[in-house]
Amino acid sequence: MKLLKLIPDNTNIKFLRWRVPFYVVSLLLMAASVGLVVTNGLNFGVDFVGGQMVRATFVESQEAPLAEVRQEIDALGYGEPVIQQVGADNKIAIRMKLPDSGDASLTDRMVRDIRTTLEQNHPDVRIDGVEAVSGKVSEELARDGAIALALAMLGISIYIWVRFEWQFGIGALFALLHDVTLTVGLFALTGMEFDLNIVAALLTLIGYSLNDNIIVYDRIRENLKKYRKMPLPELLDLSVNETLSRTVVTSTSLLITLLALLVLGPDVIFGFTAAITMGIFVGTYSSIFMATPILIWLGVKSDSFVPREDVADVQARKARGEA
Amino acid sequence: MLDFPLWRRLFLWAITLVFALSALPSLITLAGVNLPPSVPSPMVNLGLDLAGGSHILLEADPRQVASQRLETMEEAVRNGMRRAEPRIEIGDISTAGGRLSFVVEDPSQVDAARDVVEPMTTGAGMTGQRDWTIEVLDGNRFVLRQSQAGLNLAVQNAMESATEVVRKRIDALGTREPTIIRQGDDRIVVDVPGLKDPQALKDLLGQTAELEFKLVDQNALQSDIAQGIVPPGSEIVQGAPGSDLEGQSLAVRRLGGIRGDSLTNAQQTFDPQTNEPVVSIQFDPAGGRRFGVLTRENVGKPFAIILDDQVISAPNINEPIDGGSAQISGNFTVETANALAISLRSGALPVDLTVIEESTISAELGKDSIAKGAIAMLVGLGALMAFMIATYGRFGIYTCVALILNLLMILGVMALLGPLAALTLPGIAGLVLTVGAAVDANVLINERIREERARGRRVVQAVEMGYKEASRAIFDANITNVIAAVIMFMFGTGPIRGFAVVLMIGIVTSVFTAVTLTRMWVAAWLRKKRPADIVL
Repeated sequence: MKLLKLIPDNTNIKFLRWRVPFYVVSLLLMAASVGLVVTNGLNFGVDFVGGQMVRATFVESQEAPLAEVRQEIDALGYGEPVIQQVGADNKIAIRMKLPDSGDASLTDRMVRDIRTTLEQNHPDVRIDGVEAVSGKVSEELARDGAIALALAMLGISIYIWVRFEWQFGIGALFALLHDVTLTVGLFALTGMEFDLNIVAALLTLIGYSLNDNIIVYDRIRENLKKYRKMPLPELLDLSVNETLSRTVVTSTSLLITLLALLVLGPDVIFGFTAAITMGIFVGTYSSIFMATPILIWLGVKSDSFVPREDVADVQARKARGEA
Repeated sequence: MLDFPLWRRLFLWAITLVFALSALPSLITLAGVNLPPSVPSPMVNLGLDLAGGSHILLEADPRQVASQRLETMEEAVRNGMRRAEPRIEIGDISTAGGRLSFVVEDPSQVDAARDVVEPMTTGAGMTGQRDWTIEVLDGNRFVLRQSQAGLNLAVQNAMESATEVVRKRIDALGTREPTIIRQGDDRIVVDVPGLKDPQALKDLLGQTAELEFKLVDQNALQSDIAQGIVPPGSEIVQGAPGSDLEGQSLAVRRLGGIRGDSLTNAQQTFDPQTNEPVVSIQFDPAGGRRFGVLTRENVGKPFAIILDDQVISAPNINEPIDGGSAQISGNFTVETANALAISLRSGALPVDLTVIEESTISAELGKDSIAKGAIAMLVGLGALMAFMIATYGRFGIYTCVALILNLLMILGVMALLGPLAALTLPGIAGLVLTVGAAVDANVLINERIREERARGRRVVQAVEMGYKEASRAIFDANITNVIAAVIMFMFGTGPIRGFAVVLMIGIVTSVFTAVTLTRMWVAAWLRKKRPADIVL
């Protein structure tokens, strides 16, 4: 039987030769992402800014009466709603951000009014879901989300530092920053809703994009012990090439399942899946082009994993009469 | 590495089957077949976003508790001074700035005033602090401040009873299996599966419960009560289930009672004389005065404590009760007294609760999500299995079997954990993702075996080296995912926690199926066929 080989055996691609241009491009992309977030802003979900979202289906209509609904809700006086069709033409999501007010019960009244208005004016409406978050809770959720992200990045980097060397920890942290920045940049670019689920997606992609780093790092560590005399760029290239087939097969596997989820899965978690998919792409890229070359600049030496001799060891060796 | 004695094979298969089979009831039900109840069937619990239902987060304002306590203290001080012998004149009473301050007009009565005030403060729990601090400034100005420990205890008591009130009220709605949990210092989470519109529930939580104190009509005859006949001006009430009066009926005077909204506190304490467990209750000032009058006029007679139109207790009035606080004694254990105290406290919501977060999902949307998730899972799994077999041949088939068992085991573990590991919408994504990620271990192993073969190792050694060398990387890679999942679990809300749970279970089961099980199969095949070469 002839087996499928996405990557031929014994590749010898000089990934490291182009490390400077790749870094320049990546840093530019990261800067662009930050720029987009600053200028475009993120389309935060109600759980981060407070407000409400009502999902509704007009069961007996082909298409939701968008203009009517918009007028009716405008008339309630809470501000201008954002109304989008979701998944099907007769399904909508009505989003209202919280007006500036310290009143904790305001969100609750907004939900009640919107719900009543819809049900009174459209007999065929079915309320599929209501999400209402007061300003206070949304501040906490945003803060918790940020803390969780920071903790995850830090915790994982420390783990790598302990398991490998400090240069590897920094390399991993940088690759993670790269992946998270580009993914957030995608959300700023497309205007997809950025909610608590997306933070969970970012945490997930941190975990998975790091898998790739670790596999490559593990091979670098092994090769550092094996080929003491090999120049570092060559050794890094060898390690990346040796693990390339695995990297590509695993990423393809993840993308196959994620694509199925993206196209066929529930609409409600489209953004969540999209974030993880993006993360797998950039994560695979960054483990090869970001996390590995940085080791050269951070000064990994070919003896990084050789146990150091301290004075006592040297004396012991001399006492045994060895050279 | 490739040695699997019989007991070990049996052990591994037993583990696999127990967990994988636990998933079947849920899958069979999902396919629309109802299992007979005689079959033991652990079910995967569904989160609110899949089952449909309402999630409500309520918050109390601790400042409200503080101001209520201040008000009560002011009334108590006024009454205490008025009733002191000789009467103590006080003036310039102020509650500004959250503290109570007043001036004793006659400086020679300062010590007497202190004797009145001091018993009104008590220890605040185990902290060793008083719940109020008393200061005397300029010789005759008293300043009473609530200590933080005292306030914390009061807020804690208030939240405890608010949760109880909320629970009772939701139970009264007749909804099935609500979850009501206190969160943090001042919040209550309410999850009600199957609830379509939480408006009724939210309205209910804004109401006050009915607690009443009414005199028992001793002129009514038991035989008449049994037939539903009572003297004019009286009515029949039933004993509350679980109380001493369960199954009994009582006649009580319709008028002249006291409504329970004038009760500010109830605590389980001990009678200083008999050391019996009793319940201490505390009225607000107006209620206290009316209670004083009621008891003075009815010493020796029983009165009924009625909650939601049911008598929970009907003690005798032993003596006139002034000062707004009273003890209810009556054959209590510490537990029953505490239960009664909680019931009394839950008569009225001690604090206003505000809805600060709501999330309601219709059952239809939940079903739709499950269906779409299942389809995505099947298609993704199918495509992935085809890819694996095309890439790794025989080893790919092992991977596929491991994948299916992995999926079943995750669902099986979740079914066995029940409510501890509910499946949520992000959880479905987690399942699909775990399936995609689980093959990574096999990919690592297979690639390594291929490499070792290319270096000229013989088949058995190559396979052994493959599993051994890949294990280290597999371990490291999974640890980072565990770190991410644990942090998600710590910081996440319900649906995201569901996702983290799937990831965590999935990490364990995928290492088990992808490494341990496939190794057992590969070893069996190698031993049986002794292939000179492997296609990889």
